[in-house]
Amino acid sequence: MRELWEFTKLIRSKNAGPFELTFDIMFKDADCFHHVMKGGKLTRELIAHLYKTQVDQVRFFVMERLLAVKISIPRPVFSGDLLDTDVYGGQFHGPLVRLPVDLA
Amino acid sequence: MSEKIKALAATGNLSTGFQEESLVRAVQQGADFVGCDAGTTDSGPYYLGSGNPRGPREGTKRNLRIMIREALRAGIPVIVGSAGHAGGRPHLEWTIEIINELARENGWHFRLAAIDSEITKEDLLGAFRRGEVTPLYPAPDLNEGTIQQAERFVAMMGIEPIQEALRAGAQVVVAGRCSDVAIYAALPVLDGIPRHVAYHAGKILECGAASVVQRLYPDCMAAELHQGGFTVEPPNPALRCTPQSVAAHTLYENADPYHIVESGGTLDTTAAQYEAVNDRAVRVSGSRFVASENYTVRIEGAALAGYRSIVVAGIRDPLLLRQIDKFLSSLRAVVSRKIEESLKISSDAYTLNFRVYGWDGSLGPLEPISQVEGHEVGLIIDVVAPSQSMVADILPLVWHTGLHHPIPEYEGLISNFAFPFSPPGIDVGPVYRFCANHLWQLKDPCGPFRMRIENL
Repeated sequence: MRELWEFTKLIRSKNAGPFELTFDIMFKDADCFHHVMKGGKLTRELIAHLYKTQVDQVRFFVMERLLAVKISIPRPVFSGDLLDTDVYGGQFHGPLVRLPVDLA
Repeated sequence: MSEKIKALAATGNLSTGFQEESLVRAVQQGADFVGCDAGTTDSGPYYLGSGNPRGPREGTKRNLRIMIREALRAGIPVIVGSAGHAGGRPHLEWTIEIINELARENGWHFRLAAIDSEITKEDLLGAFRRGEVTPLYPAPDLNEGTIQQAERFVAMMGIEPIQEALRAGAQVVVAGRCSDVAIYAALPVLDGIPRHVAYHAGKILECGAASVVQRLYPDCMAAELHQGGFTVEPPNPALRCTPQSVAAHTLYENADPYHIVESGGTLDTTAAQYEAVNDRAVRVSGSRFVASENYTVRIEGAALAGYRSIVVAGIRDPLLLRQIDKFLSSLRAVVSRKIEESLKISSDAYTLNFRVYGWDGSLGPLEPISQVEGHEVGLIIDVVAPSQSMVADILPLVWHTGLHHPIPEYEGLISNFAFPFSPPGIDVGPVYRFCANHLWQLKDPCGPFRMRIENL
């Protein structure tokens, strides 16, 4: 079973302002992009589940021209608030990196 | 109207710097202005709340010295946005003071514009009562009470106040809180470059050399803007842009990859084309600018959230590690009772957070792994309360109780925490929270921004 990072050249998370988080996944090439997207594991539902939010709160952009996927969600805790764990939002992508993505 | 405008971004953040030779070369090759972003909300609410600049002062001064020196030599303007990191009045004045110092030390004479973007609570309350303030999503609850209690508010200016400063003949423009894009779009739009070109170029330029294939170190970025598009090319020959690296940069830090909302309208890059001019330069065209019906500026605010102290401790016992979550919830129950009994402070008056590095430190409740998998963890006991003296009462009670808190496998007194320091506690001081993510509808784009001219 191969994992998401094996198909990508970048997986990152970052604040999009203090109130939203955004994830960028850039694929190595068109084959990698199509393989992962056809696998059907990388979805809004998965993001909603991993980040404990509602599916309709997940903005999911598939950018075939850029061989990239961009996902944005409201921050569970606003940046720098008392219970925040990651002021820049730079490590929230962790659970995505080893996502099993192959067709079952 | 100009045929073309050459915009130069000194670097992505004024405090981080650039290669001096890159900037000198780019100005000599004919830049029409030098821009630099000095701020962001990325580092959290502290800077806006406290009024402290992020610094470092010497690094900021070095970068301003090179930028202003080269710009004066070439007779072109310098535009700095979001001064001092948060763009409040103290941040602006800190930057102006550095520039005054540079002018004195170097015998420079020029016209300086300082644009203040701090808004008073009275002005904001007035706007709020007139219904001109609306929340973005998601946003903290903003009401008359939270406005009164906040430390500081700034409004994020668009291109218009910067254009006013340029029209007033300023050679160095220092803006308080400012849209990153506006730093680079103000002068080109004033000179007749279409907004869709200027705003898209601004979006690429605002992070300096971040849109290259591999950014080896912080550095400059240049763009040549025409009526039909722009060409972006790093002045440093060791760096290069490709269509993919430039297109990918429009993703960075934006929630929506195709729509960048600015004061006065939205840049739509859906149909943008990115073509290689050579192996280092990329031509960009085809974006659109959709003007908005109303002119709005974003409001940022920070409020005092309390005072923090922390304790750092290591935990190495395998039996304790395998039940760390149960141990900490049981500890929380015991200490909150003790604090209530001995200090008469109820648990809703303070915030106690256990941050377990090696388990959930980075993700908190979002951590999907339910067990500690390593051989040790680092624990941060984090207490925030309304006063530093209240924290000083609470924190020792927490760490000392935790030090000896039992686990079922052991009899007798145990010591659970490896403290690296004596005393174990560290006072962090005041902490702030963002208290606004709102739009303010303006009749005049320059309305809340006050410009001051100094002839140095």
